[in-house]
Amino acid sequence: MKVLVPVKRVIDYNVKVRVKADGSGVELANVKMSMNPFDEIAVEEAIRLKEKGKATEIIAVSIGPQQAQETIRTALAMGADRGILVKVDGTVEPLAVAKILKGVVDEENPDLVILGKQAIDDDCNQTGQMLAALLGWPQGTFASKVEPGDGSVDVTREVDGGLQTVSLKMPAVVTTDLRLNEPRYASLPNIMKAKKKPIAEKTAADYGVDPAPRLTVLKTVEPGGRKAGVKVGSAGELVEKLKNEAAVI
Amino acid sequence: MTALAQADAESGTSRSPYFEPEHEMLREQIRRFVEDEVKPHGLAWEEQGFTPREILLRMGELGFLGIRYPAEYGGSELDTLATVVLAEELGRSTFSGFAITALVHTDMASVHIAHAGSQAQKDAHMADIVAGRKICAVAVTEPGAGSDVKGIRTRARRDGDAYVLDGSKIYITNGVLADLYCVAAKTGGEGERPSRSVSMFLVEKGTPGLRVGRALDKHGWRSSDTAELFFENCRVPAANLLGEEGHGFYAIMRNFQNERTVIGAMAMGEAQAAIDLTLDWLTSRQAFGEPLWAKGAIRQRMAMLQSKVEAGRQLVYHAAWLDARGADATREVSMVKAYCGDLVNEVMAACLQFHGGLGFMRESTIERMARDARVQSIGGGATEVMLEEVAKRMGR
Repeated sequence: MKVLVPVKRVIDYNVKVRVKADGSGVELANVKMSMNPFDEIAVEEAIRLKEKGKATEIIAVSIGPQQAQETIRTALAMGADRGILVKVDGTVEPLAVAKILKGVVDEENPDLVILGKQAIDDDCNQTGQMLAALLGWPQGTFASKVEPGDGSVDVTREVDGGLQTVSLKMPAVVTTDLRLNEPRYASLPNIMKAKKKPIAEKTAADYGVDPAPRLTVLKTVEPGGRKAGVKVGSAGELVEKLKNEAAVI
Repeated sequence: MTALAQADAESGTSRSPYFEPEHEMLREQIRRFVEDEVKPHGLAWEEQGFTPREILLRMGELGFLGIRYPAEYGGSELDTLATVVLAEELGRSTFSGFAITALVHTDMASVHIAHAGSQAQKDAHMADIVAGRKICAVAVTEPGAGSDVKGIRTRARRDGDAYVLDGSKIYITNGVLADLYCVAAKTGGEGERPSRSVSMFLVEKGTPGLRVGRALDKHGWRSSDTAELFFENCRVPAANLLGEEGHGFYAIMRNFQNERTVIGAMAMGEAQAAIDLTLDWLTSRQAFGEPLWAKGAIRQRMAMLQSKVEAGRQLVYHAAWLDARGADATREVSMVKAYCGDLVNEVMAACLQFHGGLGFMRESTIERMARDARVQSIGGGATEVMLEEVAKRMGR
């Protein structure tokens, strides 16, 4: 079984994101970038499938600038077998990503695509679903458990009020939620081994996709600061405030 | 700005010409390891007075203990710059007692076996050293001799196919918990030149005649076990001689270069962590209607310290780079040890001061870090000794 894992290069989760002075977006200069944490979970899941003898090859694909190669290298150091970098500079919207990924899928014929449910930069939560639709494949989103069987995969999903398990006929698309697994470290010997693993370079044009954004960003602003709270003296005062000031009861 | 520099800046990498992508990836992994597996437990280790074996085994699993060692023993065959990454990141943990436990093992003690050990010695121990199954200590310092290595009194007397060691060692990091001790002792007769009279021996824990004295009660580095060792008629096989008889002084001097680079890197990691956590405090603590960070005297002082730490860090990188390409870096390494050892104390003093009353409390991180930093201008070659090494190379 071949597994394709798309990985996105995003601002590191520890970085305090700042809006650019001219409001055209967020500051990316001199900012630490890392693999989207949900994609790390996807890579980990693919590696575990390989360790269980279920997956035979793991391909990490990233769509982004040349430096996205570092993100692929991280996936290779964790245990992916080879990489594909589709070089695109500037913003790539989820639909363009999904179209490019469809091109990669058509070329590689994986049995399973595992990717993060969303990226922590724009929080779109669209790529996996769009990819499944474009491919006409079944999808299991927000997975907290993935169990491939014979020609199918059982995906336990985190939904409001509990867990739902769906059985998907493969090939299928799975998007990962936070509790699916805890991604491993890349050990130093594996970091060194990853240097020798191949990364193919492609462009969006290779897949016949025009990645130009369809949306225009009008402006980007910092979220307003949280207002100071008040301390109430009694339950009566609280009820009074909820009734008259907050108007929620 | 060149396209490459632009790309580096945008990717937020070290912006240093010395580092390769694998160094950056290693740094990232160690930083995550420190955040997730060291910091939550550090206080407990400080309390108990040592760093547990499990964490060293975990570091072994991740390849952090064999950075420069041969692949046949599980190592990664990287260079001094990768070692510097390890030392700097462990220093950033704010638990230098933990950091020194690992770094003495990797870069101050086991190097004696890796550099001078016979094939049989290496085959017997190196794989376990890289995996963290056997922990090493190096025993040179004695009650009567520290930086003055030729002044040691512990003797090793040849007796048939064995050496018999007599003497004592003090301030030995990992001294309580180590499995392997690399011990300096005097060999050779009365007339021997002092520099040719020191030899190194491998002494395994449990060897009759080796007694681990008390665990020493220290000002800082409290999560590191430090011991006094006694050798009383301690018989080790002649095959346990590390390198040639009489060559110990040179081995110690050679390994000091690495040790001092590592301490410099560790000190700069500590200093940066202190600046970072002090900055958090300064921007949130209000005084006279504004954050402390708005006070010119404080901002200026912190900015100068950050500048010095950046300079110190770059000097460490430069010395490591010289060493990695096989150049003699004694001058630069001595500068690193003198400058970084003093600077980390300057940084801690200011950062503690700016914490106000909290800095004087045992519960604050900066209080521990200031205590931990104190030894950095002493251990591995005191600042005064290091400056002599620099002065000797100033050409007058």
